[in-house]
Amino acid sequence: MNFDMNLDTGTIFGVAGMIVFGIGLFGALSVSDSLRRVLALKLCGVGASFILIVAAWRGPAMPADPVPHALVITGIVVMVSATAVALALIRRIHSLENGRDV
Amino acid sequence: MIDALVLFDLVLALAIIGIAAGVLILRDAFAMIVCFVIFGLLSALAWVRLAAPDVALAEAAIGTGVTGALLLKTLAHLRGRTLSPPLRVKGGLVVNAALCALVTLAGIGVFLATPIGGAGLEGLVAQNLAASGVAHPVTAVLLNFRAFDTLMEVVVLLVAVVAVWSMERGIARAPAPVMGEVYAGFARLVLPAAVIVGAYLLWIGAIAPGGAFQGGAVLAAVGLMLLITRAYTPLPAHRGAARIVFVIGTALFAAVALFVAQGGRATFEYPAAHAKSLILIIEAVVTISIAATLAALFHGREPVAVSVRETRA
Repeated sequence: MNFDMNLDTGTIFGVAGMIVFGIGLFGALSVSDSLRRVLALKLCGVGASFILIVAAWRGPAMPADPVPHALVITGIVVMVSATAVALALIRRIHSLENGRDV
Repeated sequence: MIDALVLFDLVLALAIIGIAAGVLILRDAFAMIVCFVIFGLLSALAWVRLAAPDVALAEAAIGTGVTGALLLKTLAHLRGRTLSPPLRVKGGLVVNAALCALVTLAGIGVFLATPIGGAGLEGLVAQNLAASGVAHPVTAVLLNFRAFDTLMEVVVLLVAVVAVWSMERGIARAPAPVMGEVYAGFARLVLPAAVIVGAYLLWIGAIAPGGAFQGGAVLAAVGLMLLITRAYTPLPAHRGAARIVFVIGTALFAAVALFVAQGGRATFEYPAAHAKSLILIIEAVVTISIAATLAALFHGREPVAVSVRETRA
């Protein structure tokens, strides 16, 4: 294994992305509030995006690989759709619990 | 001898991690959402540093802007409910923390051990860019080389709006916040500019960072402002038109894909002479669909449900 730590932009944000993913995973497992849990899962998603973007990075002077970029853009749109549905579920559950449902 | 930009990256990465933790730790729900929005914007900034301006635009506009609006709207629905304390220290929590720390450390180990900058697909994309019809590689991947993914992505948005409309049917109407006159004046000034920015992002996507999703999100922001300022109120009579707008992007995209598949070409294999026009037409229509769908996801309930309830009451 090759662990030579050259501190460049890719390494810094790759590690940061992993930590953000870990924070999100911990939140999704531990938090009881539904709204906060949705946000924790979104943290996981953004952390994974970090890894994809770092994988596409080719250094400051070179153009990056466009394919992972396209994948992440697709992921962002899918994530907003999933979030919208999750939030609608939360609103409906809240409305059912409070007897405001019709 | 640490480079100034590397120092900036380090500070930015630490800020991102700290704010991500803040999303879990902050007690107040409003502060939590604001924290998440800041997190998204800082992530977008980091992605600009990683030479991914398209993704940064999409994250800032959709992942942060539209999502933030959705979250705040949901919070307005839930108002009056006290948020449960974010984290209670108990045995399970320690086990969770230990497991997540292990997963994170393993991930970091694998990441550091993986050689960065190996051969990706950028060579193939660059070779075939001339045949794609557009000059910007990310748009070429999204609308040409991997257009099927993008079609499915638009379908996912469509499914989301169908699901939200179905689920919100039973919800009692929440008291919608009314914005003051200053805000309405602000909207009148900003809306035309936002429309131009959205259209520009769509057009520039052919040669530079931008494109249908980023432009669509900016136009969706226009829709959100129209909804918030009550400049536009969705009525049951508009339901048919709204449905057509939601579907038209997917329908035209699929129709073009199938239409070009003749004379020995496969689906999505645009004829070289018309590739740019076809891509721009698809993008323009998809942008309108995306904008309308995102605005509808924010508005939530289907307009007809309101009228049924009102006549019953």
